[in-house]
Amino acid sequence: MTIEKVVSSNETTVVVGAGISGMTTAIELANLGNKVILIEKEPYIGGRVTQLYKYFPKLCHPTCGFEINLQKIRASQDITVLTMAEVIDVAGSEGDFTLKVKVHPRYIKETCTACGDCTPALTSEFDDQYNLGMMKRKGIYRNNNNAYPNTYTIDPGLLGTDELAEAKKACKFDAIDEDMAEENIELTAGVVVWATGWTPYDAAKIQAYGYDRFDNVITNIELERMMDPYGPTGGKILRPSDNTEAKNVAFIQCAGSRDENHLPHCSRFCCMASLKQTHYLREKYDDDFEASIYYIDIRSIDRFEDFYKKVQNDDNVTFIKSKVASITEDDETKNPILHGVDTEGYHRYSNSHDLIVLAVGMESNVEKDILPEQIEVNRSNYIEDTSNLPGFYAAGCSTDALDVNRSVQQSTATALRALQSINHISKGNS
Amino acid sequence: MNSEVKIGTFLCKGCGLGDRLDMDQLELIATREGKVTYVKQHDYLCGDEGVALIQNDIDSGECNKIIVAACSKRVKTQAFNFPEVSVARANLREGVIWSQPDTEEAAELTQEMAADYIRMASAEIKFIQLPSASGEQEVNKNILVVGAGITGLTAALEAANTGYKVVLVEKEATLGGMTAKLYNRIPTKSPYQQPEDTGIESMIEKVNSSDNITVYTNTTIAKTEGAPGRFNITLDNDGTPETVSIGAIVQASGFTLHDPSHLEQFSYTGSDNIMTQADLEQHFTANAGAQVKTKDGKEIKRVTFIQCVGQRSEEEGHLSYCSGYCCGTSVKQAINFKQQNPDIDTKVIYTHLRVSTGVGGEDFYRSGQDQGVVFLKGTVSNVDASGDKLTVSYKDIILEEDLSFESDLVILATGMVPNSGVDANLTEMEGEEEKSEEEGAEENDLSIPVKSILNLDYRQGTDLPHLINGKGFNDSHFICFPYETARTGIYTAGPVRRPMDIHQASEDATGAALKAIQVVENAGKGRAAHPRSGDLSFPKFQNEGCTQCGRCTIECPFGAIDIGEDKYPKFNESRCRRCGTCMGACPVRVISFENYSIDTVGQQIKNIDIPDEFDEKPRILCLACENDAYPALDMAAHNRITHSAYVRIIPVRCLGSVSASWVSDALNTGFDGIVLMGCKTGDDYQCHFIKGSTLAKERMSKVADTLETMSLEPVRVSTYEVAITDIQRAPQLINDMADTIEEIGLNPFKF
Repeated sequence: MTIEKVVSSNETTVVVGAGISGMTTAIELANLGNKVILIEKEPYIGGRVTQLYKYFPKLCHPTCGFEINLQKIRASQDITVLTMAEVIDVAGSEGDFTLKVKVHPRYIKETCTACGDCTPALTSEFDDQYNLGMMKRKGIYRNNNNAYPNTYTIDPGLLGTDELAEAKKACKFDAIDEDMAEENIELTAGVVVWATGWTPYDAAKIQAYGYDRFDNVITNIELERMMDPYGPTGGKILRPSDNTEAKNVAFIQCAGSRDENHLPHCSRFCCMASLKQTHYLREKYDDDFEASIYYIDIRSIDRFEDFYKKVQNDDNVTFIKSKVASITEDDETKNPILHGVDTEGYHRYSNSHDLIVLAVGMESNVEKDILPEQIEVNRSNYIEDTSNLPGFYAAGCSTDALDVNRSVQQSTATALRALQSINHISKGNS
Repeated sequence: MNSEVKIGTFLCKGCGLGDRLDMDQLELIATREGKVTYVKQHDYLCGDEGVALIQNDIDSGECNKIIVAACSKRVKTQAFNFPEVSVARANLREGVIWSQPDTEEAAELTQEMAADYIRMASAEIKFIQLPSASGEQEVNKNILVVGAGITGLTAALEAANTGYKVVLVEKEATLGGMTAKLYNRIPTKSPYQQPEDTGIESMIEKVNSSDNITVYTNTTIAKTEGAPGRFNITLDNDGTPETVSIGAIVQASGFTLHDPSHLEQFSYTGSDNIMTQADLEQHFTANAGAQVKTKDGKEIKRVTFIQCVGQRSEEEGHLSYCSGYCCGTSVKQAINFKQQNPDIDTKVIYTHLRVSTGVGGEDFYRSGQDQGVVFLKGTVSNVDASGDKLTVSYKDIILEEDLSFESDLVILATGMVPNSGVDANLTEMEGEEEKSEEEGAEENDLSIPVKSILNLDYRQGTDLPHLINGKGFNDSHFICFPYETARTGIYTAGPVRRPMDIHQASEDATGAALKAIQVVENAGKGRAAHPRSGDLSFPKFQNEGCTQCGRCTIECPFGAIDIGEDKYPKFNESRCRRCGTCMGACPVRVISFENYSIDTVGQQIKNIDIPDEFDEKPRILCLACENDAYPALDMAAHNRITHSAYVRIIPVRCLGSVSASWVSDALNTGFDGIVLMGCKTGDDYQCHFIKGSTLAKERMSKVADTLETMSLEPVRVSTYEVAITDIQRAPQLINDMADTIEEIGLNPFKF
């Protein structure tokens, strides 16, 4: 949808963030015929879940549910998707919100059919942010196989190059527009839903773990990308130091979570994520692997307990109750060595592993400064209370550290709250 | 609309289609073989001009059905959305030129493929009708909420606040459920240091004073008949029956505390000072304002909380899952003691401390530690109540020692058992093959007598199915779609579907209220619920030819079909999710949708050109689930992963909708192999229609017998579980079939 076509009324809901939560709130509202503008700052919608290989505990693929959501968005006459659009300010009240939105140029017009004719001309490579910089991509790209909108995006680095000129020549639909410029637009809305999601905690901040010093210390999100057959390692678990397969992998839980120096909260999903990832090792290497999980408490709450039991019954997985104190590196093998105390019996250890996976937690993307002052944000930066500003709601991981299932649950609830506001506005209109 | 069928066919030449394919030949195929009214070629059909071309033809009446021969139906959906006419999409881009090598040698077979896709679309479009709602809808928008605990109260209030009438039914004499029995609750607001008031009284007050909510206490549900938008519910109000009309149901029947009496090592029945967490809440409430004493009136100096009592264990009589709320509750209860007297020694013995209540939970745990609550990692072997004092013996996991100490009170964290009614999976249905004993016996052995909650008069049982191996929780198994139960318009909320604390149950109730509102609004318009939201098509049942075998009534994953008084299937439109499993189940092919029928697929199969045996060009039919396998094939094409040029792929709503007749007809007309692609089955099923792919698998195992009687090799029909990420595997499975045929030879039944 081009910017000129975006129309809104005082009954329109603007959902900020098109991850699983924002998509859910938008779809649930549109199901009842409500108009929604779904805003995403990235070139493609879907957010964090599109980077995940499988979901716990079913070990099903996120793309599967994403496809159903896409079917609904594609078929809906009521949802307008605006990508590469960043909300920089929100003000107003129920029935009368104004959002300032900075729309970054895609340099590709809607006439693009994703036919790929432009791609043979491309040679330069750029860091692939979708793959966390673990691989390169071309200057004209779609970031994943089920990318929506189904059009290409041009990396600004490609502007002014001969390559782009060639690509432009190859395009039969005149879809490349290098003169596209950043635009600042204002949207009006009756209701605002804030669903800006989360960022994996910056592992480099945990000094003692040496994420920025040791090649073979990676994050859980990076491991997730490695598992994807279309990811940076083609589905293999490789040690960054020498690209050999890692068969002895350790997971460090609460890497930055439950820690006053980092994230004070429990991020909730990381225990299950690591348990899930041991399953990848089992799937990949059958019996030829070892996994160690260093943990404080395994928080496999509710029915997830079954999954924990399944992993406990895997003879190749060891659980060590310990907060790892520090990591050093073996100069020769580049193996990380974990130092700490196993609190069960108080044994000191220095354990060498092929690869360390830091189970980093969830840092909220909420930026308090952008939000209206009535919105209350807690010390972990999640939106705690919106009741002082009717018409403004928060969804998914803007409200709490939630896994996918609970995000969807919460954002469905948020859709009802938004609906109550819409009804209220609608009453005033008539 | 003019009754004359005028099929406009629009051939797109963009994205390389014009370069790779002989468009004029395709045009001839469409007119001569496909008998379409006319064909127009366009360089760029999805562009504004192309779309306008189609729209003008529709508006001027030049065509009233269209074929878009361009890309996959999964792309450019918005461009090619013409709601006023039926549309068939011939997938020439992903399905043909992107999945075939761009070489001269491949050109002939590629063209043959494209020609077949044109024949298929021409056949399909003739049998597609624009669906319209049945007109049987009734629009009762009232919402029934079953259970008036925190979940039910929340659902009732939220629905009422959105303008809907609510009937709230509670089996007890008072409202508030378990929450009303609590002394206080875990904090929900910063700084998350001290317990806070439950707020239940003001909620009850709001419910009682709401004009939109009618409250029935001492009431159960004697009977539920009907469907979304037209439920008739008979209430049993303390023996007096009363009937209410309802549009949708939120089942918030909550949980029962897990009774620890049978766990002898905890001596629950041996002393009044050994209590469950719930007992302690009541003890605090009973002594509100006063210093809490032991049950025998003594001063409390030492309190011990034992976590995971009879939980997280596979032992008989234990709950295998974690109830989630109990760690936080023990922290709260320990703080309650500390608030009364900081000198009370409070110990929590746990194995994994799990505070479930969001980011503030960790702060609350810290607050407990700061207030002097001691947390011991260990497992309790015994609580001895035989002497004057209670003695707790436990293995300290940190010290690796067996220790014991005395305590004035011992609190057991026993967890929750869902009140989820009778598992519909276990309902015995006449005409159904016997369930194996394993399937029946092992569930519900939690010594809670199982009573129906909803008393549905559905063919498939009185309540919602439980999850296979779901420990008694109602099935609502989708990570991305947590509200989708197997009974349309009945939404479970709260601990009935998975263990939850108050905070999560409140969110769950609010979401369930929205789903209930959606279903009443959509049922009134004949629109389907998730996942085919908004679909107006529905299956039609022809009594003529129906043998009253009842298979459709048994196999419908959503219990939409009952048996009528005349013994014919009695279909309930608004319970239906439009998957077509009934169509696939029907052995005599009397069930069809307006836009998806035995013919819309069967005629495609019949119109595929089958080269005679001397051509040595096999034909493979692939029926692929449109939600997962078909997108995987699309994405493979996007990556230019090629597959055999002998395959013809038809997307199906669900593999459960596949009629055995399609398979046998295909073999009879000379197809050499058939590949069926559906979603994962089993405990962790991924079928969006729950058991469609499971049923397809069962049916196809029977097809193997048919093959034998035809003297055909069973390998000619293969059923696979294909995930949407099987981008390389899906085309490979097609190629495998091509290899198999090469090995075993062509089907001798070509004519």
